[in-house]
Amino acid sequence: MSHFLDKLTFFTRKRPEVFSDGHGITTQEDRGWERAYRGRWAHDKVVRSTHGVNCTGSCSWKIYVKGGLVTWETQQTDYPRTRPDLPNHEPRGCARGASYSWYLYSSARVKYPMIRSRLLKLWRAAKETDNDPVIAWGKIVEDQEKARSYKQIRGLGGMVRASWDEVNEIVAAANIYTAKTYGPDRVIGFSPIPAMSMVSYAAGSRYLSLIGGTCMSFYDWYCDLPPASPQVWGEQTDVPESADWYNSSYIMAWGSNVPQTRTPDAHFFTEVRYKGTKTVAVTPDYSEVAKLSDIWLNPRQGTDAAMAMAMGHVILSEYHVNAQSEYFDDYTRLYSDMPFLVQIDSQDGVYVAGRTLRASDFEDNLGQENNPEWKSAVIDANTNEVVIPNGTIGSRWGEDGNWNLESKDLQNDHEIWPQKSLVKNHDEVLSVGFPYFGNQENDQPIFKATDHDSVLFHNIPVRKIKTRDGDKYVATVFDLMIANYGVDNGLGGDNTAKSYDDDKPYTPAWQEKITGVPREKVIKVAREFAENADKTRGRSMIIIGAAMNHWYHMDMNYRGVINMLVMCGCIGKSGGGWAHYVGQEKLRPQTGWAPLAFALDWHRPPRHMNSTSFFYNHSNQWRYEKLGVDEILSPLADKKKWEDYSLIDCNVRSERMGWLPSAPQLEENPLEITKKAKAAGKPTAEYIAGRLKDGSLKMSCEDPDNPKNFPRNMFIWRSNILGSSGKGHEYMLKHLLGTQNGVMSEDIGQLGMQKPSEVVWHDTAPEGKLDLVVTLDFRMSTTCLYSDIVLPSATWYEKNDLNTSDMHPFIHPLSRAVDPAWESRSDWDIYKGLAEKFSELCPGHLGEETDVVALPILHDTPAELGQGLDVKEWNKGEIDPIPGKTMPAYIDVVRNYPDTYKKFTALGPLMTKIGNGGKGIAWNTEPEYKFLGELNRVVLDEGVSKGMPCIETDIDATEVILSLAPETNGEVAVKAWGALEKITGRKHKHLALPKADEKIRFRDVQAQPRKIISSPTWSGLEDEHVSYNAGYTNVHELIPWRTLTGRQQFYQDHSWMRDFGEGFCVYKPPINTKTTKPVETLKDNGNPQIALNWITPHQKWGIHSTYSENLLMQTLSRGGPIVWLSEVDAQKIGVEDNDWIELYNVNGAIACRAVVSQRVNEGMCMMYHAQEKIINTPGAETTGKRGGIHNSVTRAVVKPTHMIGGYAQLSYGFNYYGTVGSNRDEFVICRKMDKVDWMDEPADGVSGNLDHEELV
Amino acid sequence: MPETTSFLHHLAFGIYPYIAVLVMVLGSILRYDRDQYSWKANSSQLLRSKGMRLGSNLFHIGIILLFFTHLVGLLMPESVYHLFMTTEAKQMMAMIGGGILGGICFIGLTILIVRRMTDKRIRATSKTSDLLLLWMLYIQLILGLISIYYSAQHLDGSSMVALGNWAQHIVTFRSGAADFIVHEPWVFKAHLLLGLTIFLVFPFTRLVHMLSVPVKYIFRRGYQIVRKRDRGY
Repeated sequence: MSHFLDKLTFFTRKRPEVFSDGHGITTQEDRGWERAYRGRWAHDKVVRSTHGVNCTGSCSWKIYVKGGLVTWETQQTDYPRTRPDLPNHEPRGCARGASYSWYLYSSARVKYPMIRSRLLKLWRAAKETDNDPVIAWGKIVEDQEKARSYKQIRGLGGMVRASWDEVNEIVAAANIYTAKTYGPDRVIGFSPIPAMSMVSYAAGSRYLSLIGGTCMSFYDWYCDLPPASPQVWGEQTDVPESADWYNSSYIMAWGSNVPQTRTPDAHFFTEVRYKGTKTVAVTPDYSEVAKLSDIWLNPRQGTDAAMAMAMGHVILSEYHVNAQSEYFDDYTRLYSDMPFLVQIDSQDGVYVAGRTLRASDFEDNLGQENNPEWKSAVIDANTNEVVIPNGTIGSRWGEDGNWNLESKDLQNDHEIWPQKSLVKNHDEVLSVGFPYFGNQENDQPIFKATDHDSVLFHNIPVRKIKTRDGDKYVATVFDLMIANYGVDNGLGGDNTAKSYDDDKPYTPAWQEKITGVPREKVIKVAREFAENADKTRGRSMIIIGAAMNHWYHMDMNYRGVINMLVMCGCIGKSGGGWAHYVGQEKLRPQTGWAPLAFALDWHRPPRHMNSTSFFYNHSNQWRYEKLGVDEILSPLADKKKWEDYSLIDCNVRSERMGWLPSAPQLEENPLEITKKAKAAGKPTAEYIAGRLKDGSLKMSCEDPDNPKNFPRNMFIWRSNILGSSGKGHEYMLKHLLGTQNGVMSEDIGQLGMQKPSEVVWHDTAPEGKLDLVVTLDFRMSTTCLYSDIVLPSATWYEKNDLNTSDMHPFIHPLSRAVDPAWESRSDWDIYKGLAEKFSELCPGHLGEETDVVALPILHDTPAELGQGLDVKEWNKGEIDPIPGKTMPAYIDVVRNYPDTYKKFTALGPLMTKIGNGGKGIAWNTEPEYKFLGELNRVVLDEGVSKGMPCIETDIDATEVILSLAPETNGEVAVKAWGALEKITGRKHKHLALPKADEKIRFRDVQAQPRKIISSPTWSGLEDEHVSYNAGYTNVHELIPWRTLTGRQQFYQDHSWMRDFGEGFCVYKPPINTKTTKPVETLKDNGNPQIALNWITPHQKWGIHSTYSENLLMQTLSRGGPIVWLSEVDAQKIGVEDNDWIELYNVNGAIACRAVVSQRVNEGMCMMYHAQEKIINTPGAETTGKRGGIHNSVTRAVVKPTHMIGGYAQLSYGFNYYGTVGSNRDEFVICRKMDKVDWMDEPADGVSGNLDHEELV
Repeated sequence: MPETTSFLHHLAFGIYPYIAVLVMVLGSILRYDRDQYSWKANSSQLLRSKGMRLGSNLFHIGIILLFFTHLVGLLMPESVYHLFMTTEAKQMMAMIGGGILGGICFIGLTILIVRRMTDKRIRATSKTSDLLLLWMLYIQLILGLISIYYSAQHLDGSSMVALGNWAQHIVTFRSGAADFIVHEPWVFKAHLLLGLTIFLVFPFTRLVHMLSVPVKYIFRRGYQIVRKRDRGY
């Protein structure tokens, strides 16, 4: 009753009992205090949620709630069962997820809307003189002095609290002003990986899409997109779920540190070893997966392609040429482009492989009326005739029922048997030249070159074919390919290997010098890999992580590996295939989500942009480009064709031809262009094409440093772009933000290098292009610190959302276990609030406007049949500018801006008018639309949305996704398969019919994660018999891959691909980034230094940047940024473990501590990526500024082959194809720091940003 | 003595002692009952241990011994100590002993005050009551040391006897306690008044930790302690 009275026990107290000879006593003292500890683990309820953190985990967690507060979390163990003989999925989760609840009530939490104090002062002053917020905003940003005053202190503190009303008003006013003055496409938004919290993503992208803003891509920018996947399969990435590892009998973990970065899935990797499965780790460092596997191969970092090629050499020799595996032979004939015919062109007297032979090359088009230019040919071994098989891209569009992989002659439906090799059936043998890059020297001595010729000639068996343009030589892809691998086809030649010990390109002996791996090991693993695949019919698997994909020539690394899998018939086979787990890219209910996310229910098309090109362009990284196009061209390419171009020029050409998207799009405001077109009495597209042609109108990309073309407002949500994957971090700070930065590089103007020919050069580069940076986050990340406005968002335990992964087949909820703490709000509510304020402020500035959206040539649409035979540019007069064919399509979109809020909160009319679909398949959505009206209720208020289904809350939004998606609505799945049946002419509905009545609701997934329903927009199946595996329906349902030939493509025949020497997979050494030499002697601090390769793998103590400042994870790690060095290198520069070191190059500098470890190889250093600069980061000696993040020493370098478009699988798709931000070819100078300066006093001249007392 | 002065004197030394002790006792009981989590020494050693070994130990040794010598010295009746020492000898012992202990305590407390005032972390985590208490103790200690000078003016121990009478009258609820010290020097009065005030603020500060010093650990048998299962658990 009373602690005090309870203590008064003098008369009742007994002597303590004694035991153990008096060593122990039993007392009777009060134990009430123990209640506190018991209470610590008591809870009122348990709620299911997960972490939306781009780890691909999507793990089920129990969130414990007590008194309205989250107390802790533990792993859930109630996943739906698997099949007999397959282990269950649980428990999933890792130490990082288990520490998440720390964030909710930590000092790192963003609790209130925050704003840069200088901006707030300017705003309040402007509002005093002019009460119209839109005009007030204009007065701030158009005044150079004022704008500079707040931009230059971004990232230097000075944030104050503000009210939601006030910040919403500022943001809405800025958006309206920007749309009205410069164009809505100048409002951009970056948010990554919708799968990790798809409603939260959709909130922002829906708002942006409604007002005509630009949604930025992420998968390519993070360099997690492997362009090799779209190149080979016409698919962004599709991979097996982790349970399918258990079906494999030979697994290679190639650059994927499974236990560390796939923690919740790693159990399948160990469990399958009990069945006898052999595991091989391929990592340059002695990683965790190396310890776990039976064999460890450690090729020098960045040389994986050389090893993969050597393995391919062994497999081709032993299973395709000298001996034959019947299984491999059948598989590659039916499912790969090996039998397709390639023209052999004569180029300056040298025979080279050209494009594939098409129906249009024949006088009679081989009987094809529909798309003859897009139908590639094979020789039918039965008749020895050239035929067009079913399933090429030409059959996909404009005709029904022939787009399938049945082995038939398209013309007459006769069975065919494609001829793979012409060795025994040729007219002539030609000496054909192949490009070789392995002899290119690298500036850094750790990368070794060989001394072979730049052009390697091989004897190729060819047939002479009569075409429209006379007789032509053709060879099969297979014959060319084995020659390229250096395998002897029996016709001999100087460059073919007689044995594996020959030092001829792509033999196991050849790769030794480059990779450092002994030939015996390579031969052994290749043999085992192939033998296993042969005996098990494809159950060999390669798991890949980000590592290999972050090199400039990632396509070669990946294609080298993919080639091995395809030549062994592993793709589309249970327990086999390509398991690339990088980025939580699998948004399972994608087709249900897309209309919600991009407001396709109201306006089509939305504005999308590929971020790599955008940031390369607008953060001016191109102004520092040191890689010349000539350095990466094929020795066989016509150098003259390319001599005027730099990398940015290639991107401009690509945008101009409609290959890649643009943002901002045109130099004039699109809202004004439509008015001018109307005044000129022309359709907008025709008007724009005319003005572009006569030069009176420019595309924004042609003059990115002109203020008319600046991106102006930027939203960042669910992202930490400046603390994580922002390549060229310091350039972004300098040019986009206009604030303190560590750039030490001179631009190409100052260096006197060749200037771009397609881009206007300004001697001074602009700084501070963005007028407003708004970030939504629950924690004060690096990005928040650089923003003007930070909006407090709900955590993953405070909002309702959906989450899916490629690692398992379940759809999982994020749940509002507790209300959003302090003043935070869910992303959905934040953008809804913005939409409301935006609509309110529109009158007087924006009414009903016609916007014109530039749309690139998109994959999976009929437009992907762009220029089939050659590349012609309209601005050179080679061809007419035809919108949607030879240039971007220009499409009018009418937006009534004051209706934005009403549209945001209701499902619009286009869902019934046009319907829904994805990946080239379309279906009607009327029943689902009607159903959603009943489920979510309909809007009763007068206005544009009256009578339409409500999307008021985040749960309403989840129901829209779940109802519209075939993966979560069986009825839709049946419809979708039905729609595909029309195109393929085969029966598919049986795959979904058993689940026709299954409909998954949000409350269902809260009760238990639910398995998705098989859908034709994915290439795997989820049923009782197989685990999800990519390519499964291609192989088993004979649905073509969405490529030129409809098969898996070993050969890339686009002319740009051939010019850069990537027609066939080759080994290309890392590029020279030339970033260490110019600063080698800069600010010598007396300590010895060394240049090391910059390797940035995924973290052990965080998921990207999240958790890195979490106290619990910090106690497990060293708490603050670290870089791993090898013992040898550390000794060379006198560094001991835990010393402070600096790493720098022309791009910027990093200050951190050293971990000296045997794990690391000489010549490289490793910094786990995305260790933010908000914890324990002192100043860097070279820059005199605070040390940066891992991207402070990188700069994006784009690759021309990724800019190809309008060519079947090489067509743009959002996050599907485009330039990627590679960063591992980079080198840094490393040295011990002399003095550690914490910089904890305000720097001179900027302390003013802290004098915000009068605002508080 | 004028009437108002006389009233204030009576209030300060006749009535205020009861108020101070009452607040201390009731306040401590209430705090112990209502706010157990605040019942602690609130040591800042975790934040920075520098200066603690010397400062804290010297301070505690000094202050504990000073406390008990004051207790004995003030409350032991003349008739008792005359059995073994004279008033003059007691006076001398109080001055020398008190001076030494006061000196030890002064060094310790100075270190602690410098630490608390200058160490940013410690300063930032200090409550007002921590700062107030520390300064009160410091002033009290200095007053005590100054009083040695006044005691030395008349080595007959008359002041000491007067203060002892005052204290003994107070604790035995006899009237007229205040009258004993009407003519004592200002420093004794100030020392008494501040001392009473420390009693007054006792339950509102970290001083309460002295009530829970685990002295019994020293006398407890056995090293494996098992607690009986209580009702309700």
